[in-house]
Amino acid sequence: MIKTAVSKRIVLHFPKRLVERAIVSRLVKEYNLDFNILKASVTPDEEGLMVLELTGKQADYDRGIRYLAETGVRIQSLSQDVTRNEERCTHCGACITICPTAAFELDFVTRRVNFHDEKCLACELCIKACPPRAMELHF
Amino acid sequence: MAKTIEEINEKIGEGKAVVVTAEELIDIVKQKGIKKAAQEVDVVTTGTFGPMCSSGAYLNIGHSKPRIKLGGGRTYLNDVLAYTGFAAIDILIGANALPDDDPRNRIYPGEFNYGGGHVIEELVAGKDVRLVATAYGTDCYPRKRLETWINIQDLNEAVLFNLRNAYQNYNVAVNPSDKTIYTYMGVLKSNLGNANFCSAGQLSPLLNDPYYKTIGIGTKIFLGGGIGFIAWQGTQHNPNVIRSENGVPRRGAGTLAVIGDLKQMKPRWLLGTSMLGYGCTITVGIGVPIPILSEEILQYTAVSDDEISAPVVDYSEAYPQMRPDILGEVSYAQLKSGEIIVQGKEVPTASLSSYSRAVEIATILKEWILSGRFLLTEPVALLPGVESGITLKPLKERPIEE
Ligand code: SF4
Ligand code: SF4
Repeated sequence: MIKTAVSKRIVLHFPKRLVERAIVSRLVKEYNLDFNILKASVTPDEEGLMVLELTGKQADYDRGIRYLAETGVRIQSLSQDVTRNEERCTHCGACITICPTAAFELDFVTRRVNFHDEKCLACELCIKACPPRAMELHF
Repeated sequence: MAKTIEEINEKIGEGKAVVVTAEELIDIVKQKGIKKAAQEVDVVTTGTFGPMCSSGAYLNIGHSKPRIKLGGGRTYLNDVLAYTGFAAIDILIGANALPDDDPRNRIYPGEFNYGGGHVIEELVAGKDVRLVATAYGTDCYPRKRLETWINIQDLNEAVLFNLRNAYQNYNVAVNPSDKTIYTYMGVLKSNLGNANFCSAGQLSPLLNDPYYKTIGIGTKIFLGGGIGFIAWQGTQHNPNVIRSENGVPRRGAGTLAVIGDLKQMKPRWLLGTSMLGYGCTITVGIGVPIPILSEEILQYTAVSDDEISAPVVDYSEAYPQMRPDILGEVSYAQLKSGEIIVQGKEVPTASLSSYSRAVEIATILKEWILSGRFLLTEPVALLPGVESGITLKPLKERPIEE
């Protein structure tokens, strides 16, 4: 399963020298990302803080995040992302009874384990319980 | 039906052999019956892919200039301690070995992210591995310190040699206690929260040859993606356990010691593995061909998951305390349905060994045989069977008094 579109919530911390609007509009123009400002404020030391939902293609998203990082914006992930390294997953099934949201499901025909990442709450329980360590945490 | 392995090999050479996996055979026997199936089928292939702790590899690294004698000193591979009780440059790395500074279970449950199994995986993947050794120095081996990268390609020998693999049947692990436990059978949730098993069941090599009539010392096998051989019975080989009417052991029974050229193997089939709170190990892929020399042998290979039972064992009490009691028996068909009943409670099941990858191994082995590049071998000697009287002995502890 290759994901093309992503939608992620991130927290941006802008140092006071940066103009927030200009940066966010560049994300739209140059990286084809849609955004939704969930929260915006200025802290006492005048650092800008913005909670943003970004939607777009994974490749554009990755480039956009790189651009933000290069401008000096500090980025925090709100919804940490748990993915499966398909090279390492052996489809054993040890994760199935570990996950509290039933994000793993055994296909009774192929005996392979499907990972439904839309059910994942990023509790991280599977990360260390997976014997070949195929589950990975990303930002 | 070919009667001897030699005749089967002739058919393989002529491209006429009929080879099926142990899973495919079940349906063939259902459709055609034992007699007809035994006439048609020449070889049944089996497979298993699971964590197998008693595994390791020995390496001969070549002589340095000036020479060093690693034997009796200390040698590390990527910070993991290797065994050096041999001659100058032979070392052994066990799958469970850990770096000295790994916190183990001091931070409970320990993560065990990197150990001997991972070193073996990286060697097999062709990655450079850091060797750091200290030695005491002799007149003929003066060097006392060696720090170098090594790569599997440059080693004289790199051999996988596993002392106990491919268990014939295994426990189903549960935890009736009131706290989560971390075991070699995975994370076991409290109050019978889950049940973990670890066998390919109907595809598993020794469950298809319950009395070791064809699988023996010298049998050529699929090992870690390359070709290996059965070297001996595995440690703890225990043919004398309770068996079902079909001959299949109802407890962990026979085991295999296997050997093969690590240079031929692939990381897809030899995977460094971490058991939370327990330690490091390696997941090993093994496939064994079974020649159909008689109707009896074919009947054994036709065994299906509903005809194989495994014991449910309490890993919070009975297992650690070496108590023999079990909480019941379940079949692999039940285990693979996703739920079993233990003490009247519905318990979700999970597997530590990968059935889909076991199917893949049995299928690869089948293709190797069909293409003529893999011929069967006659075992040099059979594994000890029921008649050997061998049983599994506990340690006879005798306190040492000063
Ligand atoms: S436990 Fe790990 S290797 Fe096994 S199926 Fe789950 S993600 Fe894959
Ligand atoms: S992180 Fe938690 S919720 Fe997400 S898949 Fe792993 S166990 Fe399930």
